[in-house]
Amino acid sequence: MKSLPLIFLGVFFTLAFSWTGIVLTSHLQMKDLTPVTAELVDKDDKPVGGGNFLVNGVTIKNTDGMTAYPLRPVGEAQRGKEIYEQMGCLYCHSQQVRRKGFGADFERGWGNRQSVARDYIEQDRVMLGTMRTGPDLTNVGLRYPELWQYQHIYNPQITSTGSTMPPYPFLFEVQTINELTGPSVEALELPANYHPGPGFEVIPTQRAKDLVSYLMSLNQDYELPEIKFTEE
Amino acid sequence: MKARLGEVDASMRQPAMLFLVSAVFWLLAGSAFAIMAAIKSTNPDFLGLSEWLTFGRVRTAHLNAMIFGWGNNVIFAVAPWIMGRLCKARIRHTNILLAAGIFWNIAVTVGIFGILRGDMVGVEWLEMPAYITPLVIITYALIGVWVVIAFRWRQSEHVYVSQWYILAAFFWLPWLYTIAQIMLIFEPATGVVQSLTNWWFAHNVLGLWLTPIAIATAYYLIPKVLGRPIHSYYLSVVGFWALALFYNWAGVHHLIGGPVPAWVISAGTVASVMMVIPVIVTAINHHLTVVGSHKDGWASPTIRFVMFGAINYTVVSLFGSAMALRHVNEVTHFTHFTVGHAHHGVYAFFTMIMFGAVYYMMPRLLFREWRNPFLIRVHWWMCGLGILLMVISLQIGGWIQGLEMNALDADGVPVHTFIQVVENTKPWLWLRSLSGLMLLVGHIAFAINVFWMIFSPKTEGQVTQPTLLTPTTEET
Ligand code: HEC
Repeated sequence: MKSLPLIFLGVFFTLAFSWTGIVLTSHLQMKDLTPVTAELVDKDDKPVGGGNFLVNGVTIKNTDGMTAYPLRPVGEAQRGKEIYEQMGCLYCHSQQVRRKGFGADFERGWGNRQSVARDYIEQDRVMLGTMRTGPDLTNVGLRYPELWQYQHIYNPQITSTGSTMPPYPFLFEVQTINELTGPSVEALELPANYHPGPGFEVIPTQRAKDLVSYLMSLNQDYELPEIKFTEE
Repeated sequence: MKARLGEVDASMRQPAMLFLVSAVFWLLAGSAFAIMAAIKSTNPDFLGLSEWLTFGRVRTAHLNAMIFGWGNNVIFAVAPWIMGRLCKARIRHTNILLAAGIFWNIAVTVGIFGILRGDMVGVEWLEMPAYITPLVIITYALIGVWVVIAFRWRQSEHVYVSQWYILAAFFWLPWLYTIAQIMLIFEPATGVVQSLTNWWFAHNVLGLWLTPIAIATAYYLIPKVLGRPIHSYYLSVVGFWALALFYNWAGVHHLIGGPVPAWVISAGTVASVMMVIPVIVTAINHHLTVVGSHKDGWASPTIRFVMFGAINYTVVSLFGSAMALRHVNEVTHFTHFTVGHAHHGVYAFFTMIMFGAVYYMMPRLLFREWRNPFLIRVHWWMCGLGILLMVISLQIGGWIQGLEMNALDADGVPVHTFIQVVENTKPWLWLRSLSGLMLLVGHIAFAINVFWMIFSPKTEGQVTQPTLLTPTTEET
């Protein structure tokens, strides 16, 4: 093994081989995936239709009671996704549900079906995640009300004592309550021991609102041709 | 005309020292970030008011400071130096290396600043913001070209195994990086093709960059210090090509169970298991070279660190192969076990070998001896024991975490609530913080010794003998 060109050829070939195998073939296999339309129903299983429809802060153009899944995150939710990225939530949270029988994703209530490739085609940045220091967030939009999310982000100990999730107080502002107009409508409800004290209130910044609307938009609560909800 | 090793060393002095000093600086900075992140993972309120120092960012600053600050700088010092020595030619164009050194450290500084500031990119191992990409590519290109030039105009008759590894690594990394940047940042691929590209890249930084360089270094230093040839040329060829073929494919084991094509995962699993071949081959080759010289080896700090790394290469790789098996992966995936495994590879294997290389290299570059053997001992014991404690605590803790996360009772209900699982990891994470402190102490001892040496006068004559910690028989 003395010849420079020969070493390079071999080295190039091995890398090209794996790239072709892992990246290129998957790309070819997936490039034709498109969103599929499904009937959009309200909680009583009645079809909803007409005009634009708001699902968890995401506006969807809804023709004749049909909508296309997966949804593309837009507006506040999309901006919230950027906050998620900048805060490094990715390093503790995954966004992928494994099939029933592989791990306990299903039993922990993290999803009612396995995540599939099509679920991610509308996302400009896919953050499947590799750690579950915290729970999987694929369907977290279905699990908690907004107030819970705000309190939890302000300080996770409020809702989940003993949590190791970091607090994000810098996504909120503490201000004095305006004497003329009284407390702001946006002021966050907090238990006494986390409250900044009488005369003060905690207001979520735009970034906190974006982040919460992103979290509220997270769900894979729809069926696709290749995957149906898992039976109990 | 052939050059003597002393001439090669002298001409490498400037660029190598630039990279080494930067590497030591990043090692300390990375350790500081590490300690912060470790404390935060049991006490989340620690520095909790600071946005710049939120867990997600310090943890990422730590990773990038260690891999791209410490790792790449020390590689850029050690690998061209080994290449130069093995080529036996007068070294030309060291300006290329100096320029690369300056570019590189600007890139990492700006990159880490960007991460802390919130420009972090949500792609593991590629978090440094896109505005430093041009600097990174220029650096990789400059050093790659330098390595090729050095090899092309070599004066040595035969080519040694370390040279293949170095050549290959300096070819692989720029390609990996360029493709990953294009497919993830500039023209993002659709859906989970991103995740596949991500792990193809990230695992290959380990497999096709850190690993080949560390193996090359071990192959160079073990025979050099012990004064005996490498056991088998044939085995080293097999080891090299098997690594080149299989390691490439292994990265997708980070996506087992995920929403990606099943056959890709199977291919990744097979490749991960096949990695046993190059690993065992290399282990046999190193071991049979050292066998019988253990006493001399123990006396030399270089060999202590390098052998520690070489042994851990075997162990960590076998663990890695096992972790790619579905049933093992079901437990270890998403847990601290993986974090332990990553430190096992990057620290117990790669970093320890690089420490060994620095102990050998600096006296020859600077014509002076290490000032203080006690500090070397502190470095050795703190880092050796520290990293063992870290790997063991994270892997035991992670294994328990995985079992508890998956455990179901007879009715199919999880046995432990999530918060219980979190609580039960805390003692192990405390041990991890303790081990991190030990490493920090070791690094400080190392840094003091390095700077002490730089600022002290030359030792008489040229250094030709390895630094020794205990007297050996030859010396009497
Ligand atoms: C250090 C790791 C860590 C980081 C970083 C982290 N989390 Fe968490 N997260 C946890 C842990 C642990 C829990 C479980 C305990 C709890 O509810 O706080 C959790 C729980 C959650 C939950 C509730 C999930 C459920 O099903 O109960 C949400 C939502 C969440 N995190 C969102 C976020 C967001 C958004 C970010 C980034 C701004 C983030 N997390 C960053 C560790 C982390």
